[in-house]
Formats: sequence, C-alpha cells, structure tokens
Amino acid sequence: MAFIELKGVGKCYGSSQILKEVDLQMFEGEVMALIGPTGSGKTTLLRLIDLLEEPSSGAILLEGRDVARLPERELLKLRRRMAMVFQKPVMFKASVKDNVSYGLKVRGIKAPEKVDLVLEAVGLQSYAHRDATTLSGGEMQRIALARALIVEPEVLLLDEPTANLDPGSAASVEELISGLQTTVIMATHNMNQCLRLSDRVAVLLEGRLAAQGKPTEVLASKEREASLFPSGGAFVPWYPFGKRVV
Amino acid sequence: MNEIGQGFIQALQLIFSLNPDVVGITARSLYISLASVILASLVDVPLGALIELREFRGKRSLINLIQTLYSLPTVTVGLLVFLFISRSGPLGGLNLLFTPGGMIIGQTILISPIIIGLTISSLRGVSSQTRETAKSMGATERQIIATVIKEARYAMGAALLLGFGRAISEVGVAMMIGGNIRGYTRVLTTAIALETSKGNLELSLALGIILISLSLLVSLLLSRFQGR
Repeated sequence: MAFIELKGVGKCYGSSQILKEVDLQMFEGEVMALIGPTGSGKTTLLRLIDLLEEPSSGAILLEGRDVARLPERELLKLRRRMAMVFQKPVMFKASVKDNVSYGLKVRGIKAPEKVDLVLEAVGLQSYAHRDATTLSGGEMQRIALARALIVEPEVLLLDEPTANLDPGSAASVEELISGLQTTVIMATHNMNQCLRLSDRVAVLLEGRLAAQGKPTEVLASKEREASLFPSGGAFVPWYPFGKRVV
Repeated sequence: MNEIGQGFIQALQLIFSLNPDVVGITARSLYISLASVILASLVDVPLGALIELREFRGKRSLINLIQTLYSLPTVTVGLLVFLFISRSGPLGGLNLLFTPGGMIIGQTILISPIIIGLTISSLRGVSSQTRETAKSMGATERQIIATVIKEARYAMGAALLLGFGRAISEVGVAMMIGGNIRGYTRVLTTAIALETSKGNLELSLALGIILISLSLLVSLLLSRFQGR
C-alpha cells in the first residue's frame, strides 16, 4: 500500500486551475522528486500534501485514509507527522535556536540537545544565538531544514531545497537528504539532483502529471525528453548524463 | 521677550529644584496616561487581533470606522464619558466623575481606536508565510495567533507608544472628567492651560518643557521600535 496517495487531485484558485486530476503514489521511506517548470503546480502539490489547503477535487490518502477534508483537530495531528521547508523560508524574529526549536515548542517538548545536533547536521553549529533574520538566504534555508528535521517528521516536504545555496552548501544538504530514513518529497528544477537523490520522479506539466517512475526510466528517453520539455517557454535547458537535449 | 526668557530660566529652576507642584503634576499625568495605556492594551490588543485574524462580514467597514475614530475630538469623548458617569448618568453610582479613575476610563476610550487600528495594521504587516510556517510546523490556531502577535511586537509597541502620546497630551477628557482639581486631578495639560490663563508663565513653561520632553522621548522610542 502506498504511504501517501493522491487520487484525482485538482486545485483551483478562482478561475485558474493549478492542478488537474493528479494521481500519484508515494511509498514509505522513498525520496520522490517532483520536477516541472515554474508554474506547473509543484509547490501547490506540496502544500496539499502538507494539508495546508484542501484540494478542490479528489482525495489525499495517508496510509489508506482520506485525510483531505478532516476537521482541523485531526489535520493538526497529521500535520505534526510532517514538516515542510518552503522555497523562500521565513525566519521568526528570534534567535536561530528559537527558530529551530519552534516545532518542539508547539508540541510541548523540551530537548535543547536536539537543537545542537540538527545545527551541526546542517553545518551551522555556531549560529545558535544569532538573530535568525540577519542570516543570508542560504543560511536561512539550512536553518529551515534544521527546523523541519528536529521534529523527526515521517514525511519531509522540500520546495527547491538547494535553490539559494552555493555549490558546497548544496552538496552538504544533498548528502543530508540522501542519508535520511524518512519519506521525502522534493520539488526541484535540478535534473542532476533529481537523478542523484530520488528513488522515483513525478513530472508535472501545466498542472497535470505527465510521467512518473524511476529517474532513469522517466528521463532517459530522448524522444520523451523532447516531448516533455519542449524548447522555449519557461523551461530551463537541462543535461541528463551530460547531453544537452534542448 | 525678556520676560519670556526670564520665565524660561525660572521654569528650568522649578524643574531642577524638583518643585513639589511640578513633580506632583508630572507624576499624576504619567500615572493616569500609563494606566490608560495598560488598560487599553489589555482590551484592545486582543480585540484588534481578533478582528484581523478572523474573517467575518462587515470586517472592512469595521476597520474603516475604527480608523475614522483615530482623530476623535477629545472634548467629544469627555462629553460622552461625562454623560455616563455624572450623578444622573447610568454609572453615576460609581462616583468616578472628577477622579483620576474617571480620567483613566476617558483616556482609555480616547486611545482605543488608535490601539485597535494599529494592532490590526501591525498584524497585517506580518507575512502570511509566517502563519503558514507556524501552521506547517504543527502549531495550533492559538499558537499561530501567539506567534503572529510576537512577530508584530515591535509594531504593536509603537502603537502603544502612540496611544500614550495621545493620552498624555490631551486636554478635553482631563478637563471635563477630571475637573483640574489641584493635588488630585490636575495634570500637565490642564495645569498649563490654567497657569497660562493666570499669567503664571514660569510654571506653565516648566510643565510645557516636561510635556515636550515626554513627547520627544515617545518619538525617539517610536523610531527605535519602527526601525525593528
């Protein structure tokens, strides 16, 4: 049984349909990459899985149970099993330590030693007492990741986790992700990252699921590449296996 | 001009010699205005949070009304409170007319629109992603609201400072509800009005210097808070 399953999920904002009948399965412990151009619905899909919003249509199943439209009290319990890192994370006006421990605080857990552990994991162990709002974009991204990891989520949702990072920091974060024992759903533009990290890939184009499967299956075919990623528009040219295809 | 200059020098002497009248009036003004701000914040900050963080019909109109009341004339508030707490009013039995307690109530009502309105603006200034981050981290609705209020604390501090500034510098409520009784309800603004009409320039100037200094202090603190 899939850990998370989306059945016919659609999402509209006013007259704009962002997601259209998405059927997707995610299995426990796997790293799934969501790829697609800007505006394809990747962030919206992550937000729906994180139960921040209700889908306009379809069902979201967690361990076989439809969770999309439960009462807020039930949604809160489920949300506490997950954690999401937004593309441009926001820091609270507090120290790095207080930001990182926020998830523990709302759960009523006191574990100061965990803060040091996760800060070390993201390479920012000396930053605990700094004002989080004064950090660089890349540092904020890593603090946001630490903030998500500290609650030991069963599902970790990452929206472009290395977008603001320099290559060295991006490599550290990728190493961290690859070592996690949890289910990870990661939106990314970076095909090479997708190939390196993910167990399975789902391709979103204009709100529809265009393909899903193992990275080598989904991304290997030249004809498939050309049809999935036509030149022009908002697409970024990409180079699987070192070959330029568009 | 010479008279004014001499009056100014004597005013400074009154201040630095800690003249009992000057000290008493200043202390009473601070007590009444600070008490008004504290009372207003206890009621108005949660009220402002409730208005901003909930969606309901007529919300926009309510906010417009609150903003319209920012510049409520002090004598109008004084008159309304007077009608309520005078001997023939519904709250006449509480004997609040011509007391510091009555003045506190009057000033609280006067500054409430400012504190409610600026609380709403402060909370609106907190990005929606802050709420979403708190929500996605597993915060309950109450915890989310507490987080948003904490994020807006500097802006809300500025709101309270503005409320204090309005309270300490108003005349209408203090005069109509307090009655300007010496040693009991006389505050900086009512004393300045009285002493100037009596020609007692030294005391008026001394109290005026203190009032301007307090306004300057409020302004400096405000820029510090707004800088954050």
